[in-house]
Amino acid sequence: MQTEFSKEQNLLRDVVSRALRDKSPATAVRELMATDRGYDPAVWQELCGDAGLAGVHVPEVHGGAGGGAVELGIVAEEMGRTLFCGPWFASAVMAGTALLEAANESDREELLPGVADGSTIATLVLDDLDDPAGVGGSITATANGTLTGVASMAVDAHVADLLLVVASGTGVLGLHAVEGGASGLAIEPLQVVDPTRKLSRVAFTGVPGRHIGEVTGDTLNRIWDRICSALAHEMMGGAQHLFETTVSYTKERFQFGRPIGSFQALKHRCADLLLEIEIARALTHHSARCLDSGEGEPCAASMAKAAAADAYMSAARAGIQLRGGIGFTWENDTHLWFKRSKGSEVLFGTPAIHRERMMTMLEGAA
Amino acid sequence: MTPDRIRQEVSAWLDANWRIDRPLIEWREILLEGGWAAPHWPEEWYGRGFTLDQTAVVAEVFRERDAVPAAQVGPRGLASETILACGSDDQKRRFLRPILTGEHTWCQLFSEPGSGSDLAGLSTRAEMKNGKWIVNGQKVWNTSAHHADFGLLVARTDWDVPKHQGISYFLLDMRQAGVEARPLRQMNGHQSFNEVFMTNAVVPPEDLIGGEGNGWHVAKTTLSFERRGFSRRVRGSSIDGPKQGPIYEEYEEELRIAAEPYTWYPQREGRVDLVLPRARETGAINDPATRQEIAKLICLYTGARLASDGAEARRKAGTTEIIPAGSIGKLAASVIARQASVVHTMISGADAMLSGPDSAADGIIAEVLVSVPAISIAGGTDEIQRNIISERVLGMPKGFRADQGPFRDIKRNA
Ligand SMILES: Cc1cc2nc3c(=O)[nH]c(=O)nc-3n(C[C@H](O)[C@H](O)[C@H](O)COP(=O)(O)OP(=O)(O)OC[C@H]3O[C@@H](n4cnc5c(N)ncnc54)[C@H](O)[C@@H]3O)c2cc1C
Repeated sequence: MQTEFSKEQNLLRDVVSRALRDKSPATAVRELMATDRGYDPAVWQELCGDAGLAGVHVPEVHGGAGGGAVELGIVAEEMGRTLFCGPWFASAVMAGTALLEAANESDREELLPGVADGSTIATLVLDDLDDPAGVGGSITATANGTLTGVASMAVDAHVADLLLVVASGTGVLGLHAVEGGASGLAIEPLQVVDPTRKLSRVAFTGVPGRHIGEVTGDTLNRIWDRICSALAHEMMGGAQHLFETTVSYTKERFQFGRPIGSFQALKHRCADLLLEIEIARALTHHSARCLDSGEGEPCAASMAKAAAADAYMSAARAGIQLRGGIGFTWENDTHLWFKRSKGSEVLFGTPAIHRERMMTMLEGAA
Repeated sequence: MTPDRIRQEVSAWLDANWRIDRPLIEWREILLEGGWAAPHWPEEWYGRGFTLDQTAVVAEVFRERDAVPAAQVGPRGLASETILACGSDDQKRRFLRPILTGEHTWCQLFSEPGSGSDLAGLSTRAEMKNGKWIVNGQKVWNTSAHHADFGLLVARTDWDVPKHQGISYFLLDMRQAGVEARPLRQMNGHQSFNEVFMTNAVVPPEDLIGGEGNGWHVAKTTLSFERRGFSRRVRGSSIDGPKQGPIYEEYEEELRIAAEPYTWYPQREGRVDLVLPRARETGAINDPATRQEIAKLICLYTGARLASDGAEARRKAGTTEIIPAGSIGKLAASVIARQASVVHTMISGADAMLSGPDSAADGIIAEVLVSVPAISIAGGTDEIQRNIISERVLGMPKGFRADQGPFRDIKRNA
């Protein structure tokens, strides 16, 4: 198994990081988060259509760059660092992964190229975003693929051309393709804590769908793992951004005639935070390498998701606290990352759920 | 060299040389000449310039063959690394060989009653008289000093310059009238560390290392090696169970004495390895709250190992400074040990009140609970590691200092 990034992977990171710094500055984040749509189609075209960022993990035969979880993680990390606003996570990570893991070959051939080049915006609709064991509890499909039920939250469904829906039917769970404008589909945007990631309630009332693959328990867990690994990367990007900006703030702000960064209480909090971030980042990068090589701990993705979420929240809390009053204002950017951190902490399973999932994988259920 | 090649070479060499009827020291000399005593050392000094991973392969083959390795227990590694990095060729010639053969054991004479974290505030005095260094003062918490042949000693040779500049580093012969080591009892009942009194102890001029007034620099080399050791050590090859043959008797006697102060060291690291077996044995593995804490421990432990492997690789590539990497690893080891101690307590429940052979895991768990506090003190406290990390890695500004100017004017403990 790989233990360090390759030259090509470092190069990918440089390119993505430069593009996002340019296309997703905090001013753009603030503008987009205030809109209903939540993204800028011109930037989407540049990053996904031209630069191929939605297809880094898609095989070349399906129009992607042929990378894996490591490459996907690199892009996710840089997206999280800049708090990129747009359906990349929903489309590339969630829907892309579902297609790669669960769709029949012919459906992959048909649907993946559009996701990979950004011309299709897709999302994955699950009726449980806490635990894979709960998926399929609400949405059901008839034998001819007609869908009924509710997903109380779906990421970026409001802009999706293609909804991939996991539903229960007669046998194992199935993956179903639904068009964005299908009849009987009601997509209702929700008020959210983190406005940089849009959520909607999706209700299906006899919606025509197409069964495109089976989703066994194993398949669902593989999808969950890949999404969680990518999400952990996204979180680590945000955590590192917060950590770096917070440490530099402590060097600039003066109180009692000296920089606040010279106070030991703050220094020690930052040192502990560095350790927490280093550990979480190592687990996160490791989770992608495990997924790509098929080696390593089966619970690697859950370890990464739990550790990254805790580290991001620690960085977010310190980011506000070490700035004092200014940190609690709307005007200061820190809260944008704080809210992303809170949202990501609970999306696809809280740290506690992932720790229990880890233990079940290691030792069996309690 | 690939692991397979190393295996082949070591095996072939052992076929030709390993015999259980040789005296221990004679065997170690053959080992040294063969270049297998310390493969991670440089080629010109008994080694092969191997990485730690390559060295681990060698140790593994020795273990499989029950072959006795070079002497490795105790602070001899601190001595050899310091001498390799800062010593003269003459010092390397005189000191390295007996470290490997096991003829000399070492101890670290750094801390004093008046200065521990503030190591550079030390006040043991060394003066040049009639061509020799004469040492007076007291050291404390010195592990295995009671049976050491030599000590790594830092002492003040100039009182009129700022504190870091007036320190020199000596290789002190412990077997002399002016040196007395008295064992101290620790909170876990063991007697590993000592107080050491030096009264007109003598050091010949050729045993000053790194030059007069340069002792702080040399001490930092020792400390960086020590801290890295907390997160990753060159794993020694121990031989399981009693083996028949004359060399094993000598080897076991050596281990019995040299390893005695360290029997509790695995316990101070928290015995993460015992967590899952104990949780299964007691049924605590089914308790949701305990499962959460075990999972946190596994994340910490696995993540810290991965991070330290990464840091090691970057260190080799020359991109990370050594001391901060060691400090992060040492702080991680403390955090892991504390979490392990929390978990062991949850697993044992009321049984955690018991110690001794009747208690959990033959008393090992009780020893964990009363030994873990040492890991965040020995080798530089957690607070000192956080100072180093925040200042050296994160570049945060130093706080107010009350210890500038000539050492003799600085306020210190009576
Ligand atoms: C098991 C064990 C083995 C040891 N073996 C050896 C050995 O072989 N050789 C040897 O020389 N020494 C040895 N030591 C000594 C060890 O290095 C010292 O105990 C340690 O460096 C702390 O020094 P001190 O005991 O004087 O405590 P102090 O320095 O007095 O510290 C007391 C408290 O103050 C805090 N503190 C001090 N300075 C600061 C600061 N600047 N900022 C924030 N907090 C601060 C410390 O973190 C600590 O909590 C050993 C210690 C132990 C426990």
